[in-house]
Amino acid sequence: MPHKTFLAFILPAVIAMLLFIALPIVSVIVQSLYVEHEQVLEEVENCGPFGCTTEVRVDAEATAALKSADPLGRFNGLGTFFNRSHLAVSEIGVILADNDGLGDIAARIYNLPFYKALLFTLSYTFIVTPLGMILGFLIALSVNSVSQVLKGPVIFFSLLPMIITPLIGSLILFWMINSQGILGSALQALFNDPTLSLKASTPLTWLTLFVYGVWTAAPFSFVVFYAGLQTVPGDTLESAMIDGASRWERVRYVIIPHLGPLATFVALVQLMDNFRVFEPIVGFSAEANATSLSWLVFNDLQGESTQLFGSAAATSLLTIAGVIVLLSPVLVRTWREFSNKA
Amino acid sequence: MSGTSMIARRRSRTLATVSTLFLITWLIVAAFPFLWTVWGSFKVESDFFSRESWLNALFGVYTEMQTGAPFTGDGYYGAWITRDFWRAVVNTAIVTLCVTVISLTIGTLGGYALARSGHRYAFWILIAALVFRAMPHITLVSGYLLPFFELNIWGHLATSIVVLVAINQPFTLWMLHSFFLSIPKDLDESAMVDGCTRFQAFRWVVIPVMWPGVITTGLFSFLLAYNDFAVTAMLLSQDNQTMVPKISSFLGSIQEQGNVMFAVAAVVSATAPLFLLVMFFQRQIVSGLTAGAVKG
Amino acid sequence: MKHVLSMAVSFGALCIATGAAYADCGIEAGSVRILSNDFEALRIVASEAEECASDTVTVTKNQTEEHKNLQVPALTIDPAEYTIAMVANNSLVPLLNDDLVQPMDDLVEKYGQDLLPNQLIRIDGKVMAIAFMANAQHFFYRSDILEEAGLEPPTSYEEIIEAAKVIQDQGLMEYPLIASNKAGWDLAAEFVNMYLGTGGEFFAPGSAEIAINNEDGLQVLATMKEMTEYMDPDYMTYSANEMKADWEAGRVAMMTEWGSLAGATIDDEGSTPEITGATVLTAAPTVGGGDIPAVALWWDGFALAKNISDEDAEASFQAMMHGIRPEVAEMYPEAATWLIKGYEPGAGAVGVVATANAGARPYPMSPYIGLLHTALGSELAEFMQGNESAEDALADVEAAYTAAATEAGFLN
Repeated sequence: MPHKTFLAFILPAVIAMLLFIALPIVSVIVQSLYVEHEQVLEEVENCGPFGCTTEVRVDAEATAALKSADPLGRFNGLGTFFNRSHLAVSEIGVILADNDGLGDIAARIYNLPFYKALLFTLSYTFIVTPLGMILGFLIALSVNSVSQVLKGPVIFFSLLPMIITPLIGSLILFWMINSQGILGSALQALFNDPTLSLKASTPLTWLTLFVYGVWTAAPFSFVVFYAGLQTVPGDTLESAMIDGASRWERVRYVIIPHLGPLATFVALVQLMDNFRVFEPIVGFSAEANATSLSWLVFNDLQGESTQLFGSAAATSLLTIAGVIVLLSPVLVRTWREFSNKA
Repeated sequence: MSGTSMIARRRSRTLATVSTLFLITWLIVAAFPFLWTVWGSFKVESDFFSRESWLNALFGVYTEMQTGAPFTGDGYYGAWITRDFWRAVVNTAIVTLCVTVISLTIGTLGGYALARSGHRYAFWILIAALVFRAMPHITLVSGYLLPFFELNIWGHLATSIVVLVAINQPFTLWMLHSFFLSIPKDLDESAMVDGCTRFQAFRWVVIPVMWPGVITTGLFSFLLAYNDFAVTAMLLSQDNQTMVPKISSFLGSIQEQGNVMFAVAAVVSATAPLFLLVMFFQRQIVSGLTAGAVKG
Repeated sequence: MKHVLSMAVSFGALCIATGAAYADCGIEAGSVRILSNDFEALRIVASEAEECASDTVTVTKNQTEEHKNLQVPALTIDPAEYTIAMVANNSLVPLLNDDLVQPMDDLVEKYGQDLLPNQLIRIDGKVMAIAFMANAQHFFYRSDILEEAGLEPPTSYEEIIEAAKVIQDQGLMEYPLIASNKAGWDLAAEFVNMYLGTGGEFFAPGSAEIAINNEDGLQVLATMKEMTEYMDPDYMTYSANEMKADWEAGRVAMMTEWGSLAGATIDDEGSTPEITGATVLTAAPTVGGGDIPAVALWWDGFALAKNISDEDAEASFQAMMHGIRPEVAEMYPEAATWLIKGYEPGAGAVGVVATANAGARPYPMSPYIGLLHTALGSELAEFMQGNESAEDALADVEAAYTAAATEAGFLN
């Protein structure tokens, strides 16, 4: 395709992305390299409905003068990336220099917020992504063989986990798995353990989040694979049938290769989405047992009175770096496909 | 028919049974929480969200006590009449429709170009789009606030639509790109040999075959706009609020009691129109199939 | 400081309801633009203020839970997007830090006849905000359960733990206690509450240096942990609204719950008359033999944006005065614990009033308390689950806070 035609076709999409994503990313990169100005503090008397106290406040005028002299803040280089809230380089140095063996190293590194979040994020990504894709593929195959009349409702019900806004979906499930909820009681009866609670221990909380993750992720894979199945060339399938290929063989040698590019795409999207897992943690009140990178960003930006933009920017960039590392196999594959095409 | 095919047919019958059983299990797992919610939306909060026993949700002990009947429409009344949920529905309809249409229009053009261009920069655009998509939305949105206030475009539906389209573009491009790849190149090339311009080939030859892809991508654009919370909660003023932030406002906050049943009723009523939409979408996929078969 | 709220009550007799159907707020012209959180009491105030709209006065509002994220950028621009920001103790701080609100002394003198002196939030002598309602966590107990166990109502956390043990031993209840220990904001608030009760300070005087890593801090953690022995094993997931649900289901006997949820807890919805009838609201308990109620007091009020015209400032102030005039508290006595002149505390407000009169301390307004709050919320979770020692937990809090405060420019 000539450059000019290409440009004409892609321009609107590129402009939108440059303005609303690329530009903010640049500002986020800049932000992550700076920390706030030194705040000039002063003590003042502070009176309200509950009496007077002496409190420290920011001397707004003096601080504003510092700010206008240097609007970006104080340059900190990669300092924010290496501090305790992120990669914690010096803390890890201390741990490595003085410890009681591997178990101690692991426990103490896990105690650092970034690594704690990273461990859950990675576990979630690597468990939920393949399971969700396999489940979605199996659903797509089954739905494809359902009679025409039933297809619509079956598709609708299969999509429900994705359709219901996570805000409410996780809230309702959260109450259903309560020890007094319908699922919680059912599990207690099933395992004959009246004290069983999915929310009290870390392993069970993780398990709950994984199951919820697969449940919400499967419909996406299902829809994409289902749409892909519609484009499987009928004549290839027919000739395979005439050759006496069993159903399994048809799936293995005709359908799966045909869905290859789509599977790459689904893997790409799902890896990325699962790596950014956030809503289930809040929805299931699981912060005590599981945090993710996106949750750290949220925690910095929702600060009670001071928002830590630099810290959030650094975590966001580390998230992007993580995604790129994670997706590199898929990217290499795309590159190969791309080169073959050219 | 030979003997082997008889065996194959029997085997495929077992397989069919297994696949039906599997599907039924899945449907129960997928739909049960929603059906439970539909049922519960006609109860009061202390029944549906009971801390005593889930049986309360079934029999409506407190619903009976508080309203005198085992079912109540209070949640629906509260959400729709008291708290003007319909306004959020109208806003959502505008936002989702615009986001879907705009996303698909610029996305199909871009995705097609990316799939048909062999130049190296096309690959890098795809990679850049991927990196863009990795950015947590909440970071992007908190960066928008000050410039949007300064430009006086904060709070309007149009702003949110444009932002959602942009945020959604990497996904749309990737998805449509993958779909276009599965359509043979000869198709549009032969059309161009027949005298079509590139755009005509795209519009009249490729797009008709692409319906399953376009509709599927459209469904996801739709759901993204429909379920979005990060963008719409931060960038829309109260009058322009869409459904999800509105529902979240029913939930209350740390120190304040919300009205959770309003939220539950709102979610149930918001899901009903989607049923029609999915039925429609499903038929389009099939029509795409026939279109594809004709060309075969 | 004591009897502050009862003073508000004594003005009750002076007040006469006018009940004007059509509001004349005496505003000539201007634009009033309100940003606020989204809950019942604030909705009432804003819609009352909206009555001031006329041909020359426009009143608009944006009520959203995201108000904290919006307020700084929205008030930074000139002219500001909003003229009025409804704030609480903690959310006023970022506006002060960036110098985005203006003193209201002149306006108070001109239009503030109905204001009580204790409604004025004076910082360094200047009125920077005006409070109109109060809130606090306070003690709820079930008189029937305590009676059955032969116990006097406890007044300190130590007594609460003893009482919980008796109730559990007698088999009256499996888990008699509950607290909002959900990791994050709630858990941190529990710590802040109890630490305030020890009388200790969070920071070294005059600086951002953290000062909770001491005996008081350890005692607070020990008490919080000991209480969990009498709680449902899910205790790390409870926030205030779920506590209320458990209370209404009759599963707990004692809790420290928000005053703003008290009215809904004791009303006739969601529970049985046996439970609501035996629910007693009283001042928050003390801790460690101290006499300060171990909770933070909160106020909600409004501040006036700086980057607006004088005309808009005047119009906004007048509209807000209409929004919080004495009749509002009279018309909606159950909506909040009002600080407004003439307000008679309803049944749901007695706990907050008792707590304030017992001398509880307000939630600190220091610029960096929010950073400490965030650090507490995430770093205490492991200790509460028994995976970490109290000393390590406090050291973690200190490290997390120090990293954040350094980045924010409060520490070097």
